[in-house]
Parts: sequence; structure tokens; C-alpha cells
Amino acid sequence: MSVQLWTYLIVGLTFALYIFIAIKSKAGSTKEFYVAGGGVSPLANGMATAADWMSAASFISMAGIIAFSGYDGSVYLMGWTGGYVLLALLLAPYLRKFGKFTVPDFIGDRYYSQSARLVAVLCALIVSFTYVAGQMRGVGIVFSRFLEVDINTGVYIGMAIVLFYAVLGGMKGITYTQVAQYCVLIFAFMVPAFFISFQMTGNPIPQIGMGSTLNDGSGQYLLEKLNGLSTELGFTAYTQGNKPIIDVLAITLALMVGTAGLPHVIVRFFTVKKMRDARKSVGLALLFIALLYATAPAIAVFAKTNLIETVSNKKYSSMPLWFKNWETTGLIEFTDKNNDGKIQYLANKEKNELRIDNDIMVLANPEIARLPAWVIALVAAGGLAAALSTAAGLLLVISTSVSNDLIKKVINPNISETNELWTARGSASIAVLIAGYFGINPPGFVAAVVALAFGLAAASLFPAIVLGIFSKKINKQGAISGMIVGISLMLYYMVKFKLGWLGEIPPKSEWWFGISPEGFGTIAMIANFIVSILVSKLTLSPPKEIQEMVERIRVPEDF
Amino acid sequence: MDSKKIKLAKVYWKKNLQYLFFLLSIWALVSFGASILWKEWLDQFYFFGFPLGFWFAQQGSIYVFVLLIFIYVRLMNRLDDSINENPKK
Repeated sequence: MSVQLWTYLIVGLTFALYIFIAIKSKAGSTKEFYVAGGGVSPLANGMATAADWMSAASFISMAGIIAFSGYDGSVYLMGWTGGYVLLALLLAPYLRKFGKFTVPDFIGDRYYSQSARLVAVLCALIVSFTYVAGQMRGVGIVFSRFLEVDINTGVYIGMAIVLFYAVLGGMKGITYTQVAQYCVLIFAFMVPAFFISFQMTGNPIPQIGMGSTLNDGSGQYLLEKLNGLSTELGFTAYTQGNKPIIDVLAITLALMVGTAGLPHVIVRFFTVKKMRDARKSVGLALLFIALLYATAPAIAVFAKTNLIETVSNKKYSSMPLWFKNWETTGLIEFTDKNNDGKIQYLANKEKNELRIDNDIMVLANPEIARLPAWVIALVAAGGLAAALSTAAGLLLVISTSVSNDLIKKVINPNISETNELWTARGSASIAVLIAGYFGINPPGFVAAVVALAFGLAAASLFPAIVLGIFSKKINKQGAISGMIVGISLMLYYMVKFKLGWLGEIPPKSEWWFGISPEGFGTIAMIANFIVSILVSKLTLSPPKEIQEMVERIRVPEDF
Repeated sequence: MDSKKIKLAKVYWKKNLQYLFFLLSIWALVSFGASILWKEWLDQFYFFGFPLGFWFAQQGSIYVFVLLIFIYVRLMNRLDDSINENPKK
């Protein structure tokens, strides 16, 4: 069977499965729509969280980013996993005990203020929208590459599927489709990794293969070989970094804290029954995530070595079929600058003749390693599962923010249960349309901004939640001014140093403390903490019933 | 809550904070320490075919994170049971 046929078959089957689950788990009440009824098992929630979390970027792009940045890529590996430690230890159990539906619910109640609630809703919406636009685009790209349809058609199909199960099933439908999507995506990610690890090192476990000797009889360690190849071509050794240490520290911390502060991740822990389930569930989620995250750097090493060996200083005319195939998609570009008919892949930009897109490391890997057609089809289904599950989770947060946090809590508190459920469905539909619009007409700044969603979450929501739990003294004035200072500072830095909307983008030498926009969330977060604490010291303590509420969320349910 | 319960809640919270401090110190030492600040120095040692600092940054830290959460789960489950008058149901 051809790759095309296999792809239609496997993608078709997985889509049918998602729709079947969605019909089976239709939401009947707002509690089911917002938090799946609050009785999801820690295991199911762990898988759902893993799928919710791992987006098209984790699945398709991360291994490639690491392959091309070597040690510097570690910031993503540590940042996007280390945040779960913060989530399990500092946030999830207490928010579960608090027991409502959303992050703005907590902030509004804890800081006894509608203004605090509105600021939190605004922060949650900014973070979620910057994130979701990238996901819809991801769906379109995967469709266009594997099924040879137009990117826009891909976005429409993705919208229709998400609309169906998010609007019908709410959190309940999303949870169980995400469980299925996790299984699809992890299987799709691991199978090629096992194959390639075995081919190159004789050991099928990629995490071990990465540190093993090569299978070619040379007895050389794989990493040693890759370091050699890289330095020969003028790049930094693979296991060495280029970024200054201060920036590596700042980016890692910003990504960790941002991960813990993302509303669509936090809300997943409202769906389990008890505090102890929430803790266990974060642990399981990270275990499921770690499977992929510990494999990605291995794939990066295998793929990079394979690639350099296949193309570097070889005749263009003797390139394998996959090279030509991916050239037509624009993911590989070759310009023979010195007209010698050979491919020069070099660090020197003047002489380098090959441009390779990050995504190719995962997408073309099965072809580069000559794996069977069904494996290639599986990768397509996995990429779609990753993009759809994250998009659905984000859309739900957006719709809940509108129907619960804005309409029910602020605009019309007397809304009936049935009407609220319909409002939630309506806002989910509108959110899908907006996300789809951005997917089809991506504003140029989306790609640049997605990475900064973490900085925004770190700078705004994380400090307000942590202080709300661990201090009884932080009051509404403190929290509101902290959030506003944090998110404004981050937005300002982003607009100035990343988007260049305030005149030309200043050179790196003008970065504050030598920290890049990606790492600036750390500084903005620290500013938020300091402002919250200082302002709270200068104003009245929170009322007694709020301090009692804080005491209550710190102890287990049956206490 | 009566006074006995308030006292117990204080003890519980203090113990929890101790666990948090201990586990988060390891979290920071492994990620910011071994994987970033001391990475250069650790790279002189080898762990299988990996320079050690590089291994921590791309493999070890992730495993430690998973482990830390499960240790916390164990510690807190035990603490929860110890303050509960009629545990296990």
C-alpha cells in the first residue's frame, strides 16, 4: 500500500475514534462542560493533560529545534517539564481544593474583587489566544504535507472536528478524546525512534542509544561523532552551548513558571476528585510527557548525524528521493553557490548552500531512515492528534472564561443553568471561528509570539495564584497592581525587543540584564512578586473570611 | 474548626512547607545547578557516552522532575493519613 493510502486510512480511523468518543460523552450540565463533572480518574487526567500540553510544536518542531541548537535546546526540555514540579507542589492540589471552575474564579474570590477577576480573565485570554492561533496553523500544515490538500482546507477540516467535540462535549468530551489522542501521538512518536535508534546503535531504546557507540564497527560514541561532524563544518560542538549563562537561566525559569501558569493546563486539575488525586495526576502527566521529552533529544542526535552524513559534501544529483520530495514543499532549499554540483552545509552563512527547516527532523525522519509506509502515516496521525488536542483544550479555556468568568460572574449572575450551558457552547463556537481565522490568515507575529505566551503567563497569573495560596497577607490592591505591572512590563519588552513595533528592534547589547525576550518573563515575574508584596504591606490586610478561606484550601478534604 | 484542629492544621502546613523546601531545592540544584551553572565542569566526567553536564540538561533533569513529584505524592499521602482520625476508606 502507498504512503498516501496508509495516511488516509490511519488518519481516518483516528478521527472516527475521536468523534465516536465525543458522541459518547456529551456534556449535560455546566459542571460537566467546565470540569467534566469533577470525577475524572488521575490516570485519565494525566493522559489528557499530556495531550493537552504537547502541541504540534512539541511533536513536530521540538526535536528539530534541539537538533539545530544542540545544548542550547535544553532550555525547552527542562523548561517545559520542570514547570510540572511547580504545578504539583505549589498550585494544583490547592486549586483543586478551592474547587471552582477556572483560574479567574480563584483570583476573583481570593482577592475578593471583580477587578481582580477581570484582570485575570484578560490575562488568561491574551495567553490562550496567542497560543491557539499557532495550533490551528499546525493542523493545516500537517494536513497539507501528508494529505496533499491546501493548508486552508486542512484548517477547515481541523476546525470542524474540534468544533464538533469541544462544543458538544465540553471538558467531558475533550478529556476522553485527549486520552485517545495521547495514545496515538506517543505511539506515533516512539515507533520511528525505536527503529532509528536500533539502526544506528543496535540498541532500540533511544535514551540509551543516544549515549551508545555507533553500529558501523568504528566503536565511536554517537555524540562524539556528532561533535566532530559539527566542528568540522564550523558549528559549535553539539554538546556545547552558544547562549550566555544568564540568558539560559532566565529562559529556563520563564518557561517553567509559564508552564505552571498556563490556564489550559491548570484547569485540567479541576477535573479530578480530591487534592491527593490532583498531586498524583500531575505526576502521571509528567511521566507521560517525559516519555516524549526524553526521546526528542535522542531523535535530534540521530537525525542530525544522519542528515549531515547523507548530504554534506555529496553530489546533488545523487541525493535520495526524500531530499527531492521535501525540496518541493520548501522545507529544504539548496542553492549551489560555488557551482560544484555538491552540497556544502556549513556554519559560514556566505558559503552555506543548504537551508533546512526545523520540522523536517520529525516529519522526514521515517523516510530518511527508510522506514515502512505505515510508520510515515502514523507520524501524520500523531502530529494531528497533538495539534487538535491542544487546540481543543485552549478553546475550552477561552469559552469558559467568557461564559463563566465574564457572563455568569460579572454581567448576568442570574443566568439559568441551561442558558449558561448554551452560552458556553456559543462562545466555544465563536472561539473556534476566531482561531480558524488566525489559522488561515496568520498575522506575521504569531510564530514570534507563541513562545512568549509563557512569559506572559509567568508574569501575570503565576505570582497571583502562588501568593494567594502561600500568603494570607496579600490583598486585592497588591495582587491587581502586581498582575498589571507584570503583564505590562512583559508586553512592553515583547513589543520593543521582539516585534519591533516601537521603531527598529534594538540590538542584543541593549537587552536588560542581557536577557532575551524569551527569558524576560523571569524579570517580569519578579517585578510582579515585589509589587504585590510591597503594595499589600502598605494597604489593609484581607478580610477575616478570606484568611479563613486560605486556611481551608491548605488542608485535605476529609480534615 | 476547634482549637485542637487549628493546631493540627498548623503542624500539617509546617510539615508541608518543609517538604516543599527540600524538594524544590533539589529541583533547582539539578536544573539550574547541574544542567546550567556547573555544566562545563561536570562535562569532564562521562556517563556512558554522555558528557555528564549535557546528560543532566537533556535527560537527567527530566527523570529527576518525575521522581520529585512522586516522592511528594508519597510524603503527602502519608501526612494526610496521619492527621486524619479515621484514615483509609
